[in-house]
Amino acid sequence: MSLALTIGLLIGAGVFLVLQRGMIRIILGFVLLTHGVNLLLIAAGGTARRVPPFDGTDAAVAADPLPQAFVLTAIVIAFAITVVMATFAVVGRRDDDTESDDTVGYDTVGYDTESDDTAGDDRPDGAARGAAAASRRGETR
Amino acid sequence: MTSTVELLLPLLAGVPLLIGGALFAVPGQHRLRQVAGIATLLGLTAAGVVLVALTADGSVIAHQIGLWPVGVAIPFAVDLFSALLLTVTAVLALVGAQYLIVSGDGREASSIPLLLVLAGGVAGALVTADLFNLFVFVEVMLLPSYGLLLVLSRRGSVAGARLFVTVNLLASTLFLGGVGLVYAVAGTVNLGELAGAAEDPAVALAAGVMLAGIAVKAAVFPVHGWLARTYTTATPAITAIFSAVHTKAAVYVIYRVYAVVFDGAETWQPVLLAIATVTAVVGALAALGEATMRSLLVFQMVSGIGVILLGAALFTPLAVTAAIAYMIHHMISKASLFLAVGAIEETYGTGRIDELGGLRTREPLITAAFVVGALSLVGLPPFSGFVAKVAVVLGAAQAGSALVAVVVLAVSALALVAMLLIWAGVFNGKRNAEVERRAAVARIRRREGLLDDDAVDDATVEAEVADALERNDPPRGAVDDDPHDHRGTRIPVALALPAVQLAVVVVALGLGGELLLSLSQTAAAGLIDTGAYVEAVMGR
Repeated sequence: MSLALTIGLLIGAGVFLVLQRGMIRIILGFVLLTHGVNLLLIAAGGTARRVPPFDGTDAAVAADPLPQAFVLTAIVIAFAITVVMATFAVVGRRDDDTESDDTVGYDTVGYDTESDDTAGDDRPDGAARGAAAASRRGETR
Repeated sequence: MTSTVELLLPLLAGVPLLIGGALFAVPGQHRLRQVAGIATLLGLTAAGVVLVALTADGSVIAHQIGLWPVGVAIPFAVDLFSALLLTVTAVLALVGAQYLIVSGDGREASSIPLLLVLAGGVAGALVTADLFNLFVFVEVMLLPSYGLLLVLSRRGSVAGARLFVTVNLLASTLFLGGVGLVYAVAGTVNLGELAGAAEDPAVALAAGVMLAGIAVKAAVFPVHGWLARTYTTATPAITAIFSAVHTKAAVYVIYRVYAVVFDGAETWQPVLLAIATVTAVVGALAALGEATMRSLLVFQMVSGIGVILLGAALFTPLAVTAAIAYMIHHMISKASLFLAVGAIEETYGTGRIDELGGLRTREPLITAAFVVGALSLVGLPPFSGFVAKVAVVLGAAQAGSALVAVVVLAVSALALVAMLLIWAGVFNGKRNAEVERRAAVARIRRREGLLDDDAVDDATVEAEVADALERNDPPRGAVDDDPHDHRGTRIPVALALPAVQLAVVVVALGLGGELLLSLSQTAAAGLIDTGAYVEAVMGR
């Protein structure tokens, strides 16, 4: 039961974070989501009716190794994708449409923490170019 | 013979992955990467053709990886359905690689290696008969795709790539959750052991979670919206390759799981039928509202996926035959169209329908390729679309769903309207006055490695325009205000060639429709009666 509740909590928090606009929050959301699913995989092995496989444990009640192998694989994949997503969070600032108006505080990657989207065109390099690019797109589309 | 082939099955995924991985280590060697990439994809195509020949009699080739006992090993199994799709995806990856190379994107150090990893992942996903292993291979397909979107986004744009990652990761997570649930209720993720397991409502529900995840990847209504916003942000070659690979691999999984685990259960027919028809109609209607050629084609693709899924919904031998034939036709025709409009976009610097015009008289090769692809998509003879669409309509009518047959015909009419929109705006009509300028800006940006948002100096553009007008001599007898003035920018033949090659395949498939249908029929029989597949997977 505690496992089910933990899974529910993780998935719920993950979904909440994924629905936010900031890329970093989405990434953190996915970290929680994949943790939830990993626990689900562990639960699929029947944790309630099985015991740790120590020497002499009856094979019929020993923990199922297959879900554990699943989880190991899933952890590796999730780790790789988290790295890829973190890359997406720091490159290509100029067409960023995932930033909201209240970016102060979590928008710490790429440029200084003081800047937020209301700062306008007086920002240095990357950010200012992004705003300029956005206004150009507005004209052409 | 067959036993040797069995042992070689893991190489289908292994060789492209290994070569792709090794090519990352030689960032300086453009030529080596390109040759090795093309050679690997040629080999994969050849392997696909051999497998089609071996399974054309309806037999199934299966291998237990590592020769572990059945039930412990991860099984790989190839029947005609997987072999056909493997061949088509390999061919399209090959043509995509060719396009990458001629368009200059192949010089990007990681593009060809990433494409090989993608091809290896697809091959793995098409041959594995283990659901968790399928999840792994789907991820192996997706990771290089993220890389390709990032590396080849001309506009310096990551918005589309971020959306792609987010949507696909969410879908993968859902799929993985479904796999976990299947294991929890059925105690196995081996497709052979799961045959017919969906009679148990708990397994049906668990597999349904899995299918919901994969449906997002297949861009089925109502989860299709992400497709047009992501596929169009990378270069045209990527759109063509992704359209052939990602959504179709997802459709393959839907067919395989529905055939094996659900045994084509009639219980779910109304639901599937509704989803498939609505997808077909929504995609066809949405296409009409798009302003760029590629996003229009992407929505047309959503419509095509709806038509393909009709076969899974009806699940009669004729309907599944038609769906497989349609799937093969759709992958090739669509890729041909994407590469044709890609060549235009690449050369003229814009994909907007209202910013082009009059290409009909200037670009005979691309016009021919587009016309073949477009008419095939609509479903006119003698192209592959005609054969496939007739089969789909007959299949629907025979299954007693006259309404579905009518919907398919209506969708074809809408496809015709969509293609006419492109024809009228891009190929017919007058040349856009700004066309030379935009083409010049595109050339300068490419030459100097600038992104689409970078400003280009006006004087440089003027010089480039004048240069282009000078370089291509006007045809004899041309006058200065001739609307069909041939001076200026033209699409290089090498860039047009990939689309033309695929157009030739489209015509060949149309003329050789009988072969296409007879292969599809055998493949469909293997899906309707999964006995041979299950036996092979179970090593019996």
